[in-house]
Amino acid sequence: MSILIDEKTPIVVQGITGDKGTFHTKEMIAYGSKVVGGVTPGKGGTIHLGLPVFDTMKEAVKATGATTSITFVAPAFAADAIMEAADAGIRLVCSITDGIPAQDMIRVKRYLMRYPKERRTMLVGPNCAGIISPRKSMLGIMPGHIYIRGPVGVVSRSGTLGYEAASQMKAVGIGISTSVGIGGDPINGSSFLDHLALFEQDDETEAVLMIGEIGGPQEVQAAAWIADNMSKPVVGFVAGLTAPKGRRMGHAGAIISAAGDSAAEKTEIMRSYGLTVAPSPAEFGSTIMQVLTEMKTHLIPA
Amino acid sequence: MDVHEYQAKELLANFGVTIPRGAVAFSPDQAVYAATELGGWHWAVKAQIHAGGRGKAGGIKLCRTYHEVREAAQAMLGKRLVTAQTGREGKPVQRVYIEVADPYEREFYLGYVLDRKVERVRVIASRHGGMEIEEIAKTDPEAILQVVVEPAVGMQEFQARELAFQLGLNIKQVAWVVATIMGAYRAFRDCDATMLEINPLVLAKDDRIVALDAKMSFDDNALFRRRNLADLQDPSQQDPREAQAAEHNLNYIGLDGEIGCIVNGAGLAMATMDMIKHAGGSPANFLDVGGGASPDRVATAFRLVLMDRNVRAILVNIFAGINRCDWVAQGIVQACRETSINVPLVARLAGTNVEAGRKIIAESDIPIISADSLSDAAQKAVAACKRVNELTTAAN
Repeated sequence: MSILIDEKTPIVVQGITGDKGTFHTKEMIAYGSKVVGGVTPGKGGTIHLGLPVFDTMKEAVKATGATTSITFVAPAFAADAIMEAADAGIRLVCSITDGIPAQDMIRVKRYLMRYPKERRTMLVGPNCAGIISPRKSMLGIMPGHIYIRGPVGVVSRSGTLGYEAASQMKAVGIGISTSVGIGGDPINGSSFLDHLALFEQDDETEAVLMIGEIGGPQEVQAAAWIADNMSKPVVGFVAGLTAPKGRRMGHAGAIISAAGDSAAEKTEIMRSYGLTVAPSPAEFGSTIMQVLTEMKTHLIPA
Repeated sequence: MDVHEYQAKELLANFGVTIPRGAVAFSPDQAVYAATELGGWHWAVKAQIHAGGRGKAGGIKLCRTYHEVREAAQAMLGKRLVTAQTGREGKPVQRVYIEVADPYEREFYLGYVLDRKVERVRVIASRHGGMEIEEIAKTDPEAILQVVVEPAVGMQEFQARELAFQLGLNIKQVAWVVATIMGAYRAFRDCDATMLEINPLVLAKDDRIVALDAKMSFDDNALFRRRNLADLQDPSQQDPREAQAAEHNLNYIGLDGEIGCIVNGAGLAMATMDMIKHAGGSPANFLDVGGGASPDRVATAFRLVLMDRNVRAILVNIFAGINRCDWVAQGIVQACRETSINVPLVARLAGTNVEAGRKIIAESDIPIISADSLSDAAQKAVAACKRVNELTTAAN
């Protein structure tokens, strides 16, 4: 298994007719993702990339049976697109959009809570690279060829640092069950904890790599949860050891503004909760290898 | 995005918050004129910079005569004010705010933040005004009053009333504080603020509640729909390189080190800096060229990094997903041709179209040190930087 998506997951692309939507839809289809249609208001009834385009998410879900969507929608309209998907009954929305206003995200999070838990939508992102279950499905913008399938779950704030981890793991022959980018915004959809809980339940995943950043409480919350609830080993890392206080490091959320926000503090807390911490961002591959070897596990061949 | 105190106060006044009478001045003459226009007996002359801690650093002067106003303005304008929050270089003072200084009875703290933990707006009040909130949290944590705003309905009056009564005010004063708290909340919401601090909020002798100081920061991501705020930007308060970077949609933050970094993705950029430190060097900057790094953007990034005279070597680390290595490579080559790069350049390319990218660099006959992994790149950059430093020392 994998988490969140596999080869059977039917996907609708929100904003499919735009430049980015078009480019990445092609990439996703080439990777083997089951894209069943797209939505662009005003272009309903047309065909794009051989797929049916709808005006609204409700129509798209009704016609295609999609359970999952990905948004390539401009920041001003992205919150609206996410809520539309949730209202149409989509279970998993992946929002690639970078630059959504924080107060819009507060409203989105509140809106998602209006549904009972059993039909609540999970939002991954925004401002993320997406999700990939290697050799099954790609719901995102990552270079698919750097991922091989295997026993390690990856959850990362940063997209490119997730790529870095995947390529280091590939270099030593370790594969990935699913890799999730949760995004660099201060208020985002799913947290580390949400995905750790899924990886804990997932048969294919034997260990997890969690790559955090400076700023915000999510890494620490996740570490505390791991100590109490997780049977599988977790390797942690927090980027931004050299980041100065009070400066926003690219990601809107990557800013040291409160006690416990710095990389040194978060790393120390991870250790205190029993996580193995990768000593540097060049040692994701070797640290995971060491942990897997200690588990005396055999690697699932790629 | 930050704004000056006087700008924040003008915004708040539009939402019904009472502020002292005041006027902005760009010269000592204007300062004196403002004081005469405003009337009153005492004036505060306040340096307008995008940082706190002005009082202790001499950026706020209480004046009793027009002559004192002139002298205070003269002493501040055109200087750089260094406070606990500005860093060593300080911030340039190009405008002062002249405000009527009436006596007051009590000081309070009022703040609004986007709380990442609960993912809602949190309103904080305290009877200890004029102190930093961190300081109150340390010395008297029980004096910190808080309410969290339910996003579906917004802040409610009862929440403001609860805070007001806990501050120990009488009913007449409570009505005024509630109007202030609700007004400031609407300002926070309608301006897409990320932080709003009124410190101190004071109780005047005539029972009025007045915002004596105000600080506001706004969500850069929301400026597209807050044009009036975008116009309040003051580039003089920014590092010139950061201002230039922002013009090109690049994320740049200057640091004290020697190795210039050009990276795509914020996380990888931070990790690259961490890796340089791990290898024994020091990063000169954070720079995220972002997705869609066209040759022009990469070339601009090079110019920015080279503006820093401390840079002894450059490390380019691109892991292309949405980007393409061949584009980035073209940018590197273009930048090398256009600008004289007199420091060693280490490049590590990976991801989409990596072979094409490496080929462009190899065929360019520009002396670029290629690296094939993050650690390899960091080690090569640190080694190159050391060689440059040794040569410079030897030459001297």
